[in-house]
Amino acid sequence: MENEHLIDLIHVSKDFDGVKVLDDISLYIRKKEFVTLLGPSGCGKTTTLRIIGGFETPSEGQLLFEGRDIVSLPPYKRRVNTVFQKYALFPHLNVHDNIAFGLKIKKTPKAEIDRRVEQMLELVGLKGYGKRRVEALSGGQQQRVAIARSLVNEPEVLLLDEPLGALDLKLRKEMQLELKSMQQRLGITFLYVTHDQEEALTMSDTIVVMRDGKILQIGDPKHIYDEPANAFVADFIGESNILSGTMIRDELVAFAGSEFPCVDFGFGSNAPVDVVVRPEDITLVGEDVGQLTGTIRSVIFKGVHYEMMIDTGSYVFKVHSTTMQPQGSRVGLSIVPFNIHIMQPMNAPRNEKEAQDSAV
Amino acid sequence: MQFNSSMPWWSYLLMGAGLLAFIALVAQSIWRHRGVHRSLFASPYTLWMIVFTVLPVVLIAYYAFTDSAGGFTLDNFRAFWDSNHLMREQLRSAAGDEVAATVVRGSVNIDTLVYSLWMAFLCTAICLLLGYPAALFMADRQMKLGATIVVLFIIPMWMNFLLRTIAWMSLLEDTGLINQLLEAMGLGKRQLLYNQGAVLLGMIYNFLPFMVFPIYTSLSKLDPRLSEAAADLGCNSWRTLYKVIMPLSIPGVISGITMVFMPSVTTFFIPRVLGGGHTQMFGDLIEAKFLTEGNWNVGSALSLVMMLLILISLSILRKADPNGEGGGIA
Amino acid sequence: MTKVLKRIYLGLILIFLYMPIAVLIVQSFNAGKSRAKWEGVSLHWYIDLFNNTAIMNALWVTLSVALLATIVSTVIGTLAAIGIHSMRKRPQAMMMTLTNLPNTMPDIVTGISLMLLFIFTQVDRGYVTMLLAHITFDTPYVILSVLPKLKQMNKHTYEAALDLGATPRYALLHVLIPECKQGIVTGALLAFTLSLDDFTVSYFTTSPLVQNLSTLIYSATKLGITPIYYALSALMFVVLLLLLLAVNRRTQEN
Repeated sequence: MENEHLIDLIHVSKDFDGVKVLDDISLYIRKKEFVTLLGPSGCGKTTTLRIIGGFETPSEGQLLFEGRDIVSLPPYKRRVNTVFQKYALFPHLNVHDNIAFGLKIKKTPKAEIDRRVEQMLELVGLKGYGKRRVEALSGGQQQRVAIARSLVNEPEVLLLDEPLGALDLKLRKEMQLELKSMQQRLGITFLYVTHDQEEALTMSDTIVVMRDGKILQIGDPKHIYDEPANAFVADFIGESNILSGTMIRDELVAFAGSEFPCVDFGFGSNAPVDVVVRPEDITLVGEDVGQLTGTIRSVIFKGVHYEMMIDTGSYVFKVHSTTMQPQGSRVGLSIVPFNIHIMQPMNAPRNEKEAQDSAV
Repeated sequence: MQFNSSMPWWSYLLMGAGLLAFIALVAQSIWRHRGVHRSLFASPYTLWMIVFTVLPVVLIAYYAFTDSAGGFTLDNFRAFWDSNHLMREQLRSAAGDEVAATVVRGSVNIDTLVYSLWMAFLCTAICLLLGYPAALFMADRQMKLGATIVVLFIIPMWMNFLLRTIAWMSLLEDTGLINQLLEAMGLGKRQLLYNQGAVLLGMIYNFLPFMVFPIYTSLSKLDPRLSEAAADLGCNSWRTLYKVIMPLSIPGVISGITMVFMPSVTTFFIPRVLGGGHTQMFGDLIEAKFLTEGNWNVGSALSLVMMLLILISLSILRKADPNGEGGGIA
Repeated sequence: MTKVLKRIYLGLILIFLYMPIAVLIVQSFNAGKSRAKWEGVSLHWYIDLFNNTAIMNALWVTLSVALLATIVSTVIGTLAAIGIHSMRKRPQAMMMTLTNLPNTMPDIVTGISLMLLFIFTQVDRGYVTMLLAHITFDTPYVILSVLPKLKQMNKHTYEAALDLGATPRYALLHVLIPECKQGIVTGALLAFTLSLDDFTVSYFTTSPLVQNLSTLIYSATKLGITPIYYALSALMFVVLLLLLLAVNRRTQEN
């Protein structure tokens, strides 16, 4: 049953006054899945969420809920609930009445409303806060009320629109873990929108990377991190060295002036490709044994590792290493075949200089 | 649709209920059908404004550009520029060009307009001079006046506007309170009523609150830390007022000026009562054209000219307040 | 010291504003008819007041028009404000121009243009036309009072209500309206005050057969005004003052 599609978006597009904000999106969400829409601002992730919530109508395409088209169903008849950006709590109601709002509409008996609101307050760690005014609460507490207000209605899907955006870093990390454990305990499908790649990697079962109204890649966090579909995804998810290269033949690629064995194949011979190497996948070796040699331009201590910028003449590599080499020294660089990620070039082949500029 | 005061009182209620029912019906049908698109909520208002604001203005423009037979003409504007225009045209057809040429340009309309603008300017300037300090002191947090003082400025407006003006007659007339005071002090009687000064006083009296409120609103919205910051940076209290507070209250000043200047140009009751009919203002002129002379076409032309003048001066004023924040009177 | 000076200044302005009102109230108790001569204290103008059918009719017209105009303009204006608030930029700007138009139009032009409309459409001027005119100039003020409250609100509040299962009607009545209640009350009070005090627009949009207080007083000034009108306005003034105090007390309790 868990593999059953709960929501299907089929070839959905959306125009605002002639501007295409969603361009032929297809996506499905399974029951009890934690799906994150990830992308920079303006990529269409919030619009996607709002279409599912019922606040926007797609210009084209279908939206299925358990196989039935719900495009024309108004928001108040959909079995989804939303946690809005900046919460949108009702300031004229206290905490209890905010949470009870949905239940009151369904004409739930008062005793049951009180019981379920109490239960929710306990779940989000706000026991005893029922009579408080929402404006008197801190940002984190308001956030919890917003979540409780949605969850008390026992939705099939909870939509969260950058719910942690207004919180400070420490609280955000705490809430990430809490949300994840809440989702697992309650067994509710979460659709989460964020521009924070770390948040996405921490919480999600599935990540949908979007840009300019298009889906670039769908996959689980590890897959997206290790096998980014293109240079944009690689750059957006974690730090990367992105170079233009040439696939000489299967399992052999040339970039930064050298040839490297790799594990990818099927690109043809002498084809232009994008090459992505994660900073932590480059090993520093003696100058004489490296596949590349370079000079260390700068060293920054980052807590668990050092970040070094190493100039090989044709490209400046970003390298993470736990051992420090002094600035100005010459080192060798080595990359194992498995860690070289080859992908179709995003645009026309970039020249080496441009790649260098964007990497520095 | 003739209704007059001989109708029983409940018929008024009935009509009111009918009107309410209409609006409730419109509203009901709107929010039943489309939930998400709230912009439709504005449709009864839009309809209302088209019928009762846009259409009437179009009518004024129509009358201004037509003659009594309905044909297009610019004569009404000529009559505005030259109040003898119509007489001259009649003479031309009756007695020929030579006689007509002896009729000089009548400058009544232009003179009245200039006079009205001058009076309105004086009134606005004095209201600003009197009102700004008042608003400043009202907004002064150290004075701890709160909302009470605002209410004190509103309450006089509940006395009927006409009666408030008439009351000034009792104060200003020869045997009035002020003259009695002057006499008692051995200063002798003065002619206070039925002159330009009395009209100006009446205008200032009626329009001063409209200058004070917007300025007060914009001043009380200012962050009190601003003056602290200015003091911290070395401004004395005069410099703070001049360099920080005054520039920031410009939006309020502008809406104050608008709200005083506009009714000042067009007032027609105050000059009639306190000026004794000696001083005619542009509002009187328009009213007379419509109700006394029955010349709607020239009256409409006059109204149109006045509206244009006001719109032009407003758009110049708005330049100084590009955000259009204003102060509002609420 | 400066504090004292500031108080004195405000005091002088207030004396300026209240002096004519005090004069009116005092003269309403004058036994004689002349403004100049004091002939002893009497209440007979107050007694005459209630026996004067013309004045009582005008009072009824004034109050009923103000009340009806307030109710109608508050309903239309609040709905309109909600609608305008949810519009996209361009239609919103257009609606705001339309709303600001009456504020940039002098009373006399508003009055005359409406008079032309009624004459043009051959509707006889009277009670209903006056009411329509009052609704017309009241509504923009309601909108301008409600809109700021809507702008302060989180833009997703209405959607949040729908999301939690509220029908649009429920969301309107239980979320939007309660949250801009303060603006609605301000707008309604403003509309009532404006309507009560209006002379110019009423003057052009009614017939001599249906007078409100303003137009009645205006025609009385031509014949010479008697203290009966002072008594009337003094009475209205006191009643409104008491109402204000009552409302103030209630809001303070809440």
